[in-house]
Amino acid sequence: MNSPAAASISILPDRRDSIARAGEAGNAVACDRGSLAGSVTQRACAFCGSRVVLYPIADALHLVHGPIGCAAYTWDIRGAQSSGPQLFRNSFSTDLQEMDVIYGGEKKLGRALRELIRRHQPKAAFVYSTCIVGLIGDDVSAVCRELSAEFSIPVIPVASEGFKGTKKDGYQAACDAAYRLVGTGDTRDISDRSINLLGDFNIAGESWIIRGYFERLGIQVVATLTGDGRVDDIRRCHGAKLNLVQCSGSMTSLAKRLERDHGIPFQRVSFFGIEDMSAALYGVATFFEDPLLREKTSELVREEIERLMPELREIRTALEGKKAAVYVGGAFKAFSLVRALRTIGMRTAIVGTQTGDRDDYDQLRAMCEPGTLIVDDSNPLELAKFCLEQDVDLFIGGVKERPIAYKLGIGFCDHNHERKEALAGYVGMLNFAREVYASVMSPVWNYTPRRALRLRTAPRENEE
Amino acid sequence: MLNGTTAEIAERKALRINAAKTCQPIGAMYASLGIHGCMPHSHGSQGCCSYHRSHLTRHFKEPVIATTSSFTEGASVFGGLANLTQALRNIFTIYNPDIVAVHTTCLSEVIGDDIPTIVKRAREEGAIPEGKLVIHTNTPSFVGSHVTGFSNMVASIIKYLAEKTGEARNQVNVIPGFVEPADMREIKRICALLGVPAVVLPDTSAVLDGPLDGEYQMYPKGGTTIPAIKSMGDSLATFALGHFASHGPAVSLEVKHQVPAGLLELPIGVAATDAFVQALRAYSPSGVAEELETERGRLVDMMSDMQQYFHEKRVAVAGDPDHVIALVQFLLELGAKPVYAITGSRGNHFETRLHEILDPVVPDAIIKQSADFFELHQWIKNGPVDLLVANTYGKHIARVENIPFVRVGFPILDRVGHRFYPTVGYAGAIRLIDLMVNALFDKKDRECPEEWFELVM
Ligand code: SF4
Ligand code: SF4
Repeated sequence: MNSPAAASISILPDRRDSIARAGEAGNAVACDRGSLAGSVTQRACAFCGSRVVLYPIADALHLVHGPIGCAAYTWDIRGAQSSGPQLFRNSFSTDLQEMDVIYGGEKKLGRALRELIRRHQPKAAFVYSTCIVGLIGDDVSAVCRELSAEFSIPVIPVASEGFKGTKKDGYQAACDAAYRLVGTGDTRDISDRSINLLGDFNIAGESWIIRGYFERLGIQVVATLTGDGRVDDIRRCHGAKLNLVQCSGSMTSLAKRLERDHGIPFQRVSFFGIEDMSAALYGVATFFEDPLLREKTSELVREEIERLMPELREIRTALEGKKAAVYVGGAFKAFSLVRALRTIGMRTAIVGTQTGDRDDYDQLRAMCEPGTLIVDDSNPLELAKFCLEQDVDLFIGGVKERPIAYKLGIGFCDHNHERKEALAGYVGMLNFAREVYASVMSPVWNYTPRRALRLRTAPRENEE
Repeated sequence: MLNGTTAEIAERKALRINAAKTCQPIGAMYASLGIHGCMPHSHGSQGCCSYHRSHLTRHFKEPVIATTSSFTEGASVFGGLANLTQALRNIFTIYNPDIVAVHTTCLSEVIGDDIPTIVKRAREEGAIPEGKLVIHTNTPSFVGSHVTGFSNMVASIIKYLAEKTGEARNQVNVIPGFVEPADMREIKRICALLGVPAVVLPDTSAVLDGPLDGEYQMYPKGGTTIPAIKSMGDSLATFALGHFASHGPAVSLEVKHQVPAGLLELPIGVAATDAFVQALRAYSPSGVAEELETERGRLVDMMSDMQQYFHEKRVAVAGDPDHVIALVQFLLELGAKPVYAITGSRGNHFETRLHEILDPVVPDAIIKQSADFFELHQWIKNGPVDLLVANTYGKHIARVENIPFVRVGFPILDRVGHRFYPTVGYAGAIRLIDLMVNALFDKKDRECPEEWFELVM
């Protein structure tokens, strides 16, 4: 179905390589390169990546060294919840001014840190460098070293200058920073059955849900990185026996270092959707090689699934055959979403990510139904074109995509930092299904032009 | 739990906590979106652009487009010439705007890219198609705030585009300031009611408050058209609403094309709206608009009905300088007592003007430019208020201190009304009273002892 609006939108020639179809021969999706200058990219910067990863460490101080904007846009915008301190929800910035840019901002940074540490007595401090800091050449590490010595707390520079790359590079910088805490805490009372959760940020309380499952199985969760994170937990997380790494890009490098330096193996997992959540739990049970644990796990899985199945089935009946477009940050989340959508009877017609790599895209091609469009680093025009062409019923994306979907008369589910409902775990699957159902089935769409058209043209069921 | 603020106030020189401002480019981006068929372009790395777009989207709940030069490490060493040239080529090839409005970011400012030279070369190389326009403004965020960025962009639009043919046109220019699309719509309505033909620049109505029409319009219907902007040099006068956002551009037009600049404040409340209407009347064929007079009458009627609830109420106002100046005056008109007035932006006019307004009536009011929400919170802890008027970032304070809270200004990330209802003009003032009184009433209903709980208020 080609709407005239879609046909009039062309694709930037240089972007053709970044688009592929599942089930068709062709080159791999070109990805992992900088966005084309001049495109309306949905991508962000390295600073953004570092900030999202470290920000949920709730008892640390987070100071953005740079001009005001970078700090202002990251002030309390994510629903990363803390069960204790709320210090991290304030916005601290050195608010660099012209004179600082000319003469350097080191002194100002030192003074800002001193004042903050005195007032708030944090367990650690992270200092984020923004583009400008990289350019004016402030020696942030030196300032941090000085302050560390002065206050006897870790004051850690985060090399997150935005121009250094995409969000992914920022994740790396964040892992480097967080890793400086690792290995400095006491690990004595850590159990033999223990894990760390990496790459979960406790959006809408998701870490709590996952932690709950493991605790029910008698497995100790030493540290969550970084959802509802605490400095002391991270310091001793090297005492855990296994790392679970969620979200493809963000914390794999930290897991690799924990493996290299402390011999802790890791498993890549996803907590989204029934299949992936169960696979994660079984993976851990298998790792600890305990038949009893395996049995307990099956019991938990069965119980949880039973609890949500009746409602899920109903939702599935309503959504059967509907089509979705998925555009998210990381590829791992995309995999989960394709599966989760399948669970509720929906087909993924378009799937794209901001940071996927070649393997990720190959896997997506393999798992999606033939004809599914696969795109890397897309822009609003392209996304709109594809949505109209494929006539999707639902868009899953982030803040910038929501209004585009609505303008097209398409339902929307935020699977990004700003989601308001926990979508992880079994209960999350149900929340997800409910949210999708609510948006796709909303009567509101009957008043929008696209749906109105469809209502008029679709054969009526009771018209035999 | 959100209460990290301490009551004792220490001098702060190096640290900004919970800013009451943001950076220049977002203001420039917003202003550019008010030109019809315009693609805002952010010359810097892609993070800034992404943040600005997301933030505007959160506020307007609308798609916000802008392109970026996508600086990488190389560009930050060698300069952004190649990036901008390629960007322009790509933008015109694929997105086909009529005009590209380039603004800088901190990064390209520090590198020192010379935009006009780059654009000139891009044109010579054929990256910019015949008949297409590229304009630019400088928006370093280590100077000023988002309001400065807005003002700089509007001034640049005028500098680049306004022309004088020598043949005067029977029209006026209005520079509305960093206000909502609904406000720009209202300003146009006021002009129309008085029969005054007006070019409003920028005009984001029908751009950022568009209808759902089943299509994604990269360039929505609204926005000041390029011919209209060109004609501004032939207008009879310019009315600039707000010292910080609008006076600069109006003065530059006066200097360039001798269009007399009428420097007004944001028309919020009775007197400020009267002043705007009065200014317009000189260009109105009939000089009156009955409908406006009736609206004014209804506003004054509502003020008289509600004055008892505002009497001596202590109010804190935070936000953009032009808004704060106007809101403080309106609060005084209502009989309230603005005790704190802050803005995150810099500019001595803010303090001078507010002292002029407040010293005679609220001599102990605290007025401060370049302040932040942390500071405001500390003052409130030391001297509580009955009402807080601010953008969304006032929310933390309102909750911790249990203060009725009305959201006005930019950004509003957690309510919807600002997208549809103006706060300027007589109608806008009615809306503001509605919001403020209801906030006070809601708190009373929630908290008063049962014997004081009343059905009729
Ligand atoms: S670098 Fe400058 S322009 Fe970019 S977000 Fe930060 S303050 Fe704004
Ligand atoms: S200045 Fe750099 S760090 Fe800050 S938002 Fe822009 S790209 Fe990111």
